[in-house]
Amino acid sequence: MSGRSNVPSSAILQPTVPQRMGRVALILLALLFLGGFLILPVVAVFAQALSQGWKLYFESIRQEDVLSALRLTALVASIAVPLNVVFGIAASWAITRFDFHGKSLLITLIDIPLSVSPVVAGMMYVEVFGLHGWLGPWLQEHNLHVIFAVPGIVLATVFVTFPFVARELIPFMQAQGSDEETAAVVLGANGWSVFWRVTLPNIKWALLYGTILAASRSIGEFGAVSVVSGHIRGQTTTLPLEVEMLYNEYSFTAAFAAASLLTLAAIVTLVIKKMIEVTSGVHPVPEEEEVES
Amino acid sequence: MTSLSRKITASLFLAIVTIVGASALSAQTHLLNVSYDPTREFYEEYNKLFAQHWKATTGEDVVINQSHGGSGKQASAVIDGLEADVVTLALAYDIDAIAQNGGLLDKDWQTKLPYNSTPYTSTIVLLVRKGNPQHIHDWDDLIRPGVKVITPNPKTSGGARWNYLAAWGYALHKSGNNEQGARDFMKKLFNNVPVLDSGARGATTTFVQRGVGDVLIAWENEALLALKEFGSDKFEIVIPSETILAEPPVAVVDKVAQRHGTEKVARAYLEYLYSPEAQDLEARYFYRPRLKQAAEKYASQFPKVNTFTVMEGCGGWQKAQAKHFSDGGTFDQIYGK
Amino acid sequence: MAIVQGNQIRKPGRRWSFVTKSSPLPGFRLSLGFTMVYLTVIVLIPLVATLLHAARGGFGVFLHTVTAPRVLASYRVTLGSSAAAALLSAIFGMLLAWVLARYTFPGKRILDALVDLPFALPTAVAGISLTALYAEHGWIGRYLEPHGIHVAFTPLGIVLAMSFVGFPFVVRSVQPVLEDLDPAMEEAAASLGANAWQRTTRIILPVAFPALLTGSALAFARAAGEYGSVIFIAGNMPMKTEITALLIVTKLEEYDYAGAAAIAGAMLALSFTIMLVVNLLQWWIQRREGRRV
Repeated sequence: MSGRSNVPSSAILQPTVPQRMGRVALILLALLFLGGFLILPVVAVFAQALSQGWKLYFESIRQEDVLSALRLTALVASIAVPLNVVFGIAASWAITRFDFHGKSLLITLIDIPLSVSPVVAGMMYVEVFGLHGWLGPWLQEHNLHVIFAVPGIVLATVFVTFPFVARELIPFMQAQGSDEETAAVVLGANGWSVFWRVTLPNIKWALLYGTILAASRSIGEFGAVSVVSGHIRGQTTTLPLEVEMLYNEYSFTAAFAAASLLTLAAIVTLVIKKMIEVTSGVHPVPEEEEVES
Repeated sequence: MTSLSRKITASLFLAIVTIVGASALSAQTHLLNVSYDPTREFYEEYNKLFAQHWKATTGEDVVINQSHGGSGKQASAVIDGLEADVVTLALAYDIDAIAQNGGLLDKDWQTKLPYNSTPYTSTIVLLVRKGNPQHIHDWDDLIRPGVKVITPNPKTSGGARWNYLAAWGYALHKSGNNEQGARDFMKKLFNNVPVLDSGARGATTTFVQRGVGDVLIAWENEALLALKEFGSDKFEIVIPSETILAEPPVAVVDKVAQRHGTEKVARAYLEYLYSPEAQDLEARYFYRPRLKQAAEKYASQFPKVNTFTVMEGCGGWQKAQAKHFSDGGTFDQIYGK
Repeated sequence: MAIVQGNQIRKPGRRWSFVTKSSPLPGFRLSLGFTMVYLTVIVLIPLVATLLHAARGGFGVFLHTVTAPRVLASYRVTLGSSAAAALLSAIFGMLLAWVLARYTFPGKRILDALVDLPFALPTAVAGISLTALYAEHGWIGRYLEPHGIHVAFTPLGIVLAMSFVGFPFVVRSVQPVLEDLDPAMEEAAASLGANAWQRTTRIILPVAFPALLTGSALAFARAAGEYGSVIFIAGNMPMKTEITALLIVTKLEEYDYAGAAAIAGAMLALSFTIMLVVNLLQWWIQRREGRRV
């Protein structure tokens, strides 16, 4: 990175007083922006959640409906995320380790879910699995429930988190190249042992990173899940939907209490992400002393 | 490639089927009541009452699940396959839509239970801030310049359609059945609407919680509930000189109940809504009961109102829908142009 | 799997461990097979079902539906707000990327981690929280309303929510580029007498521009599809603050499935156009850069 130049930067350019002031002003502006735009909404969630005291807060999050929403959210994430992890590994293996026609088309197709509105995504599954969709009548005949049941919520979640793992892995594995794996194969290792012994240890941080992103999105998805959920209390209501539902019932404190659980999950996600970045160098952060003179 | 992809497809499919199967397994008598927004509190209590009653009369346990949302949205979910055993929606048109689009119940569903299948009624009233600072006493006050009116979107909200038709009926009578006059009135009214929420609950939240607007057009039960939840020291109810008789209907979704084998309990669930115990409960949750006994007991809560029905106001829901709320209907014509 | 034909060299007798021209590694069929099947089941089939439904009524009906006044107004609201949000995201995203890439100050790592908060925070939570802050009696709204600045339930609120979900895309696109940009270049320019403005416009912006453009386009795409956070704050008035994603939900609620599918189709077309434009832009910039160097 900055090590490219051998001349110590301070030798050429000592920041002048106006430059220092400009620097401080820019930093303050950035802090102000983040404070007002990012931190305040988070603080507001907790302030509203605790506005009636801790006792009511704990009562709110221990309601049976909130707990069952929490369980459903965990269930959905624990199905959708592993599926996408397997997909992400398979896709990036195929894309970065082999050459074939239509590769760039495939990469584009993988990105589709990022640009499709979540609401449209939910609707797409209604088109396929709804009573008037392609598979609806057949599903009904066999008494299988997809839409307005847990499988539909899982599908919608899989869709919106579809590219996350693949997008982290593809550039990473591309940059890494396949020399080590090729060497292992040449030395006689079989495919799976190459994968477990060579590839996986190399990509573990990027993989974890992508997994965290996918997990966090699948916990928080609202639009797509809202279309396919059916909003049955205690059965097909995920935590974000429960937040909306409580909000609509005038239970504002309870709504913000449930929202605070999701916010905590988001903060935990950020912390884990940061830890991965710092310990592994995936998405490296700049060295702090790099630029400062 | 074929045999491998087939294996992969098969295992993916198997995974999905397993999940599906697991969720379908729980075998107990379950009833799903798909309802609209403002009935949440009432059905939560009623379900307990009915479960007790059912246990006492048949010895069976029944678990009732609830789904709430905008009436139109709920109806379309049922059409798309949300497996409702019973629907309890805001207006007959939405249940008609289920009968027409899905064939899930008979078109004459409304004749199957007493009072056109509406066990309780309500009406449309005006909720204003304490002291009525804008001096709102009737519909006419809503079209004064500068008065901010909150009402949800009649395209999506059942309650909003009742609101719309209540105002329309009033305007029509006032202008001596002159449609153009009524249309001008509605145009002025909706010019005063700064926020158009998608559901009745959203509109109440906007008015009550966020403090937007001078007057909320609302279900009487919703307005009374707001007084109860937020304190009668903050809001007042104004009964307009003339308003609509809102009849939220209920029906068994025959096809679904047949498939689930829940016809008997579903029918009993709705019939019990007409029982003295249930009527009393309805009144406590601010719905106007049909039974005289309950009506008299709670008479102080429900002042006399001068009402007209949808049939009298616009010749029934099908006509009202086609004329006012379809694409290019009067609502589209008066709003946002 | 027409996509891979021609590139596989099939060795007779080694059905499952055949290799491609370029790689001795195993697992091509397995990984690509899984990728294609998964992609088809999760993304392509539902997508095709929706597009076919949109086309079922014929092109005339489709065109009539997607050009109805209320639908056109919703495009205007959605695209206009998304564009404004993308611009805001570009400005503040650039500022943050610059501060994070170049300056050192206490708490920088926390700040850096916080930028990803909108990725991690469920949109419904962001929606209720922003609404609570900016409504008439909210923490921020109460200071803005007396000055006639209405945020909640106006297009401004939509822009705000969209900027919230969009600006991390800009930061994360631009930040690595600025980190890679050698300060020595600017120092050299400074020693030759270039002032801060000249250094910014002549050195930094040209280098960061492609990334800035890509980031803004991603922010735009995300904003255009956003649903969860917008519906709480938008007020949802037809012709004024109704976004296209909400209109699809509205159509579904009005039992107008063909209409919903048609608008969804139009939105999909828009998403793909944005993706195409981003790719073309990147290609064009790369070519231009290549020529210059």
